[in-house]
Amino acid sequence: MYRIVKKEKLNDTVIKMVVEAKEVAKKAEPGQFIILIPDEGGERIPLTVADYDRDGGLVTIIFQVVGTTTEKLAHKNEGDYIHDFVGPLGRATHTDGLKKVAVVGGGVGCAIAYPVAKKLHDKGCEVHSIVGFRSKDLVILEDEFRAASSKYVLMSDDGSCGEKGLVTDALKKLLDEGEKYDEVITIGPLIMMKFVCRLTKEYGVKTIASMNPIMIDGTGMCGGCRLTVGGKMKFACVDGPEFDGHEIDFDEAMARGAMYKPFERKSHEETCNLFKNA
Amino acid sequence: MPNMSLKKNPMPSQEPDVRNKNFGEVALGYTKEQAIDEATRCLNCKNRPCVGGCPVKIYIPDFIAKVAAGEFEEAYQIISKSSSLPAVCGRVCPQETQCEGKCVRGIKGEPVAIGRLERFVADYHNQNVSAKPPRPAPNGHKVAVIGSGPSGLTCAGDLAKKGYAVTVFEALHLAGGVLVYGIPEFRLPKAIVQKEIDTLRDLGVEIKTNMVVGKTVSIDELMEEEGFEAVFIGSGAGLPKFMNIPGENLKGVYSANEFLTRINLMKAYIDGSDTPIQHAKKVAVVGGGNVAMDAARCAKRLGADVYIVYRRSMNELPARKEEVEHAEEEGIIFKTLCNPIEIYGDESGAVSGMKCIEMELGEPDASGRRRPVEKPGSEFTLDLDCVIMALGTSPNPLIKSTTEGLETEKWGGIIADEDGLTTRENVYAGGDAVTGAATVILAMGAGKTAAEAIDKKLNGTN
Repeated sequence: MYRIVKKEKLNDTVIKMVVEAKEVAKKAEPGQFIILIPDEGGERIPLTVADYDRDGGLVTIIFQVVGTTTEKLAHKNEGDYIHDFVGPLGRATHTDGLKKVAVVGGGVGCAIAYPVAKKLHDKGCEVHSIVGFRSKDLVILEDEFRAASSKYVLMSDDGSCGEKGLVTDALKKLLDEGEKYDEVITIGPLIMMKFVCRLTKEYGVKTIASMNPIMIDGTGMCGGCRLTVGGKMKFACVDGPEFDGHEIDFDEAMARGAMYKPFERKSHEETCNLFKNA
Repeated sequence: MPNMSLKKNPMPSQEPDVRNKNFGEVALGYTKEQAIDEATRCLNCKNRPCVGGCPVKIYIPDFIAKVAAGEFEEAYQIISKSSSLPAVCGRVCPQETQCEGKCVRGIKGEPVAIGRLERFVADYHNQNVSAKPPRPAPNGHKVAVIGSGPSGLTCAGDLAKKGYAVTVFEALHLAGGVLVYGIPEFRLPKAIVQKEIDTLRDLGVEIKTNMVVGKTVSIDELMEEEGFEAVFIGSGAGLPKFMNIPGENLKGVYSANEFLTRINLMKAYIDGSDTPIQHAKKVAVVGGGNVAMDAARCAKRLGADVYIVYRRSMNELPARKEEVEHAEEEGIIFKTLCNPIEIYGDESGAVSGMKCIEMELGEPDASGRRRPVEKPGSEFTLDLDCVIMALGTSPNPLIKSTTEGLETEKWGGIIADEDGLTTRENVYAGGDAVTGAATVILAMGAGKTAAEAIDKKLNGTN
């Protein structure tokens, strides 16, 4: 059992939790993920590590309420327990030797992009952060990103904050202005990452994308998280979750990601009704 | 005078047309009378070939004599000297190639039903005896066991009985390894696995779940910082194999590991489970081993018409004979001498069919089995909405990549000598992590051998 020591609502559907998990905190690095089960008998879901405190034995997760399991998790409060919490899984983000990087995050993906930006910044790398949200109400971690970046570009779909447009518009502008990046790191919805990668391929800038496919065990056993990268089958849990964005078959990943959408919608509605009636 | 019936007492079972719609146990077990009657078929012969056929060398004629005398708990005590998981082995061992394959009664007629008797004895004990085994006096040594599947549980149990302080590290949230995530409820009820695990806890074994060795903690840390003097690696099967044919990443293509894990570990077959599973209409399971049979029979129970697609003939199916028979009875359609070439998808990226080609058996290959070769021009298409690949696994890379000096074969299996000793001092390994996909009992045999070797090493009786 793993105690929730802090809970904070970042916007209407995005929640930050700090969880007591000594063993995970000891090893976690940006880019890695954990798998949790809210209550006994529940579903295993992967969530990327948003932050960690090795001395305090604490791990931070940030998640959006999108389905049954995240709904159940969202109803837990400070002092409550998460039944299972295992990790850190996957490989850490490669940051060595990078001098200038553009970190491109979208929506709740920014929660995962932030620790990467922070680690790069701490290691003396110049960071440009380009983050996109649908609207002003959904913006998260603005102060944190600003503190870790020499340039912070905020984009919104409806123009209610920052500039109106997509993160790719902002990235293209910077590249056209002559910014030279060792690498672009992108984390967010698959469709966004697909277009970021398409853009950077044109400009010949190496790009790493963080994938979050369907997963059960997370340790290299079930094969549910497989992706096609460079024409080869890769497993996000042990080979990733980060891959060369120019090699990822995003269309296939999007189709696979939608496998259980109808089930999830129905299950989520039922869960919401349960909480309403409770 | 022994019972000279040429046939085994049949196993009482759920009717095929009933059981293929539920997940309850298929075989119901002998009654006392049936067990005693079957036990009297044993000739108690001098050579005891059955014992030689058992990977953990159970004193088979001795326990059977106790069953014949109606002394069931005594029979259990004899089995448990050699095996730490009798209720499991009685259900899942391939007896026809082991103990029963060697039984002299099998020369003319059917062998003694050793597996069914083992199961009867273990179930009798579990239902009637609640006395906990005495906790052995600690001998002051600490051993870590990685993985709580059959090899790890056996190694842990044998060492605990000798007084070792044993900690088992399990990556998943439940202990049991393949016994809980792989083998279905209808073949091995999870309550039985839990009972065996509880027995180990009673012996003093500590089981830590949610610990991925190689990620959460390394072998070096266990030995240098946490004071474990020896480590046994029983990390089991790893990444599932695929065929490398077009369409394997379509929606509706599962590895058998994923399909079975969703059903067995995550209970996706139960209404109201938070873990989803596809309730397909027409399923092809590719492969011919026990895992393929398990996946096919699960898919059937979820309401599908199910094919087994296997490239050799019925005679070469590597699965236990009983599993094949059960699958056939339950209405699984065997498409043998048939190999997939491509999986087709619809516009949403979901499986719509599979193109196959007929095969015929040619010359024997290196394994001694006749090599299947394609029949030119025999391609045909199966209409499907789900394909399950049950082609085996390659060992998990996590431990190897984080343990310096631990050498592996080219294909990834950990190199271990006959005692289970790896290329690292005091680090032992066994089970699928060493051999590649094999059986529960072989993994148990490896766990047992390693436990003996660890005891000799640490207790200096070498």
